[in-house]
Amino acid sequence: MQVYLPIAEVSVNAFLLLGLGGMVGVLSGMFGVGGGFLMTPLLFFIGIPPTVAVATEANQIVASSFSGLLAHLRRKTVDIKMGVVLQIGGLIGAGLGVFIFNYLKSLGQVDLLVKLCYVVFLGIIGSLMFVESLNALRKSKSGVAPKRKKHNWIHGLPFKVRFRTSGLYISVIPPILVGIAVGILAAIMGVGGGFIMVPAMIYLLGMPTKVVVGTSLFQIILVTAFTTMLHATTNFTVDVVLAVLLLVGGVIGAQIGTVIGARLRAEQLRILLAGMVLLVCGKLAFDLLVMPSELFTLGAAGGH
Amino acid sequence: MMRWLLPLLLLALPLHAEEVVLGLSRDEVSITTNFDGSEILIFGAVKRETAISDDPLQVIVTVAGPSAPVMVRRKDRRFGIWVNTDAVEVDAAPSFYAVATSAPWKQVLTDTEDLRHKVSIPRAIRSVGAPDTVLDSEAFTDAVIRIRESEQSYQLNLGAVKLSEQTLFSTSLTMPANLTEGAYPTRIFLTRGGEVVSVHETEIDVRKVGLERWLFNLSRQQPLIYGLMSIAIAIASGWGASAAFRAIRSN
Repeated sequence: MQVYLPIAEVSVNAFLLLGLGGMVGVLSGMFGVGGGFLMTPLLFFIGIPPTVAVATEANQIVASSFSGLLAHLRRKTVDIKMGVVLQIGGLIGAGLGVFIFNYLKSLGQVDLLVKLCYVVFLGIIGSLMFVESLNALRKSKSGVAPKRKKHNWIHGLPFKVRFRTSGLYISVIPPILVGIAVGILAAIMGVGGGFIMVPAMIYLLGMPTKVVVGTSLFQIILVTAFTTMLHATTNFTVDVVLAVLLLVGGVIGAQIGTVIGARLRAEQLRILLAGMVLLVCGKLAFDLLVMPSELFTLGAAGGH
Repeated sequence: MMRWLLPLLLLALPLHAEEVVLGLSRDEVSITTNFDGSEILIFGAVKRETAISDDPLQVIVTVAGPSAPVMVRRKDRRFGIWVNTDAVEVDAAPSFYAVATSAPWKQVLTDTEDLRHKVSIPRAIRSVGAPDTVLDSEAFTDAVIRIRESEQSYQLNLGAVKLSEQTLFSTSLTMPANLTEGAYPTRIFLTRGGEVVSVHETEIDVRKVGLERWLFNLSRQQPLIYGLMSIAIAIASGWGASAAFRAIRSN
């Protein structure tokens, strides 16, 4: 069944979009990532104009994240206090990110930089997580309990706050910095930023994995809603028909994903996410290295 | 006054000795939610006051979408990766362009006439100049044609116009699903020996209707409300799915 998208001005198969939304939704619920890092390139691939894909994806992430968040709220695996601190950083970061994005756009190399960002960040995070969770898996199998690092330089910083749900007593500076960094990257890469947020929470802030997913979803909602509004009011590129099709699949997928996530062990969850991240990274790197079949690309004049 | 006008009229008359009487299966394409391309039948007859000349009559039909500037970028290998290096802005390229003829190109139109009426696909694209760093600017216009032809946005259908008795002609045109809204100028050329003897122009109106129209207008005129509506839909469906799943699981 073909559906014409009023803003994207293309006609696509509705079931394809529902399927894509569902698949990404499952990932969202399982790992606490919005899935934008996967969905945005997929939308390019099926012929949605990049500007529309990025803006609409932000809107879809709001839906799948909200659906996932409700499930986590009921399981009490959301650190609201930490989430709010991260959101403050996230909004500052998103503002900065949009500024950087527009500057790069004026240089005419924004596509390349976005792709390089993807390759570099996905590559680093994916490999780190993969190695770390492989080690953790081996340790837990041999009977040694995995030990969380209790003290590092982060604990020496001022403005300490107790985050009861996470069982942490740390300064608010690191979470705000993490929020800013993720916000910047989210705006530049057109994603929610969960795939960066989740490892940052685990490895930098030392939060327990079970709380990380829900808290990440909580933070993503506000940042992506903010991004949606920015795109809708400045670029007019949010396609609500596309968003609805993606999110119908997405919200159902997110619920299924949360159930799967609750059954899997934390290490297995992390190793799966690491594998996924490395896969996307590899594909993007491959595209940059191999000669494209069409050297020319068409774009709207004046824009990017 | 009349004395001057009459000879002028007589002079002008041979130009319109053959005229097109046109019919379109539809002069309006409505883009609805389930829009999946459109087929338009263009048919007509040639009205003439004189006897049919020996030189065979040929027909060319063109349909063009709204024109817009296009930024064409070319990738080149830098430091081992493929990077956009050169860029040329093509000043105006139609979003859609279809040409149908009744015979091979050489028989229907001369280069001079093509240049004057901008009939062929390369002529329909206007590219004024490339930056000094780009020496082969033609490659960029060629790329526009190649990419759009592969998307079915540009079509050249030689011999697709059926012409009988040098009087009745018909052709059908397939429009792809990714149409841009606007007036699509449609031209029918009658040629003899490659020279244009008559041109008939009309328009096919392509527009979004119903929900598509409403959403498009809202997004342009009330972007704030549109954005809030999008987020509200997202939140509501997120909540709806969560509630539905909880109901399913509690049973």
